[in-house]
Amino acid sequence: MVKTRKTLSRRKSGKTFEYLILTLPGVFLLFIIQYLPLNGLVLAFKDFRYDVGLWGSKWIGFKNFKFLFESITAFRIIRNTLLLNSLFIVTSIVGSLIIALLLYQINNRSLIKVFQTSMFLPYFLSWPVTAFITFAFLNADLGLLNRIIIFFGFKSILWYNDPAYWPWLLTIINFWKVVGYNVIIFYAAMMAIGKSLFEAAKIDGANSFTINRKIILPSIAPVIVMMIFLKLGRIFFADFGLFFMVTRDSGLLYPTTDVIDTFILRTIRVTGDIGIGTAVGLYQSVCGLIVVLLSNFAIKKLSSGNEIL
Amino acid sequence: MKLAGRKTNTIIILSIFTALFIYPIVAVVSISISHVEDIYTFGYRIIPKSISWDAYKYIFASPQQLFSSYRVSIIVTVLGTLLGLLIMSMLAFSLSRKNFKFKRPLTYFVFFTIIFNPGLVPWYINIAQTLGMKNTYLALIVPYLVWGWFTMLLRTFFASIPEELFESCEMDGANQFTVFFRITLPLSKPALASVGLLMMLRYWNDWFLGLLYINNTELMPLQLWLYNIMVNIEEMSRVAADAGVIETINFPSESARMAMAVLAAGPILLVLPFFQKYFVKGITVGSIKG
Repeated sequence: MVKTRKTLSRRKSGKTFEYLILTLPGVFLLFIIQYLPLNGLVLAFKDFRYDVGLWGSKWIGFKNFKFLFESITAFRIIRNTLLLNSLFIVTSIVGSLIIALLLYQINNRSLIKVFQTSMFLPYFLSWPVTAFITFAFLNADLGLLNRIIIFFGFKSILWYNDPAYWPWLLTIINFWKVVGYNVIIFYAAMMAIGKSLFEAAKIDGANSFTINRKIILPSIAPVIVMMIFLKLGRIFFADFGLFFMVTRDSGLLYPTTDVIDTFILRTIRVTGDIGIGTAVGLYQSVCGLIVVLLSNFAIKKLSSGNEIL
Repeated sequence: MKLAGRKTNTIIILSIFTALFIYPIVAVVSISISHVEDIYTFGYRIIPKSISWDAYKYIFASPQQLFSSYRVSIIVTVLGTLLGLLIMSMLAFSLSRKNFKFKRPLTYFVFFTIIFNPGLVPWYINIAQTLGMKNTYLALIVPYLVWGWFTMLLRTFFASIPEELFESCEMDGANQFTVFFRITLPLSKPALASVGLLMMLRYWNDWFLGLLYINNTELMPLQLWLYNIMVNIEEMSRVAADAGVIETINFPSESARMAMAVLAAGPILLVLPFFQKYFVKGITVGSIKG
């Protein structure tokens, strides 16, 4: 009796040891890549100099954060990030819902597959490739878009020089890139709806509009809500590739295309305002965390059981 | 009859949509096989006036940088995907087991990295200075090896394997390594394929790590090279000079540019249709409950 208990407990501690060994590489990597940089956050309160390093640099209190509340650039990058991300969320969710509903109407499986795969293709292209594609359209002399504009007798447009067009251009490009992905999720959720509901509705004489509104949308509501909140949680973070690559990092376009992430990247690569870059990054991360916690709280209130945390 | 008519309309609308999605990709391929004189006379066109393989001929006349960048991207993608998949599965396996004592704290440890990150600057300084990985393969591989989100996804998959399987295996005296390698991994092939493909995509398409940490042309990944071609006219003439074109005028730079985009995107677009099933699975499981 005593002996078996002893072997049992030995086996249990042995098991814990084995588990720990399995977690070791992953925990180690997460530690050095995600946790170690946390000490770099002190840079937000320092006047960083490369020659004296992280710990040698002088403390300057909250001076770096002053930038966030006093400069026009800070206002501009935060506004652009939030507005453009909101535009992206609305267009991509609504657009992919409509496409998924249309896909759901047809029964031809191979056709569905062709549509889905084609719309999914852009998701696989890297941002540099996407930037080349955009360039093929927007090139001033040779671009596809200007050729069409000239064909209809208008003057060609210098797309890369005028910030006014870019909120819409970026929205379209983002739409093109992500919609296929969302469609797959929404379509999969629709396929999971029980067929009996539709038969009952048809017997009651419901038309397809009513079916869409009264059955399909409510049934996949949890998925829609979750997609929205997942994207809301990232609203303070812009897609580097889209804003840096596709705009060719053109300074002329900054009024509408400069976002928090591209600004921080510039503090590293160009301006060297490491302290300000860290402060802005910390602001972004804290805001991001607050939004994630808030939206999770909201999901919990709206529909308990669907929360992500 | 009316219903059939509406279905046809739906199909027509979806076909137009699909065509609009494909159009840009077709355009780039078309430009890459257009005659450069045609491009200068008629602009970029979706249907080439006449087909010319000059752009590809010039690129392959001296493919040093192309091949070197391909090699870097392939090494990074293969090593990163396999290593990352192994390390994340080992971690996820332990986190999925009910009888693991430190399951909760370690889950929080992983989870925290999903909801909070220290920001780009500390992240950059950590890898470049503290870890000293600049201009090494490590800088292109290590930062993306372990993702909290993928780990949680794998954990969810592993947790759905029936507990009895593990129990009977443990009864027979198997240790956890055996359970992991002999039971969990073989039973999770679809999950591993999903996450593996997403990792592959991430590594293959990455230019960001290269931009931050690599300024050595020998270690330049494919996508970063493509970016350099876009921003530096000189890079393009360097390619031309390598190809032995003395007068840059002869070099079909317009079509060559697009040809390089095709060469960089090609492999992924060829792989996709065969594995779409797994992508879809990974995406839907990840979204429906994390």
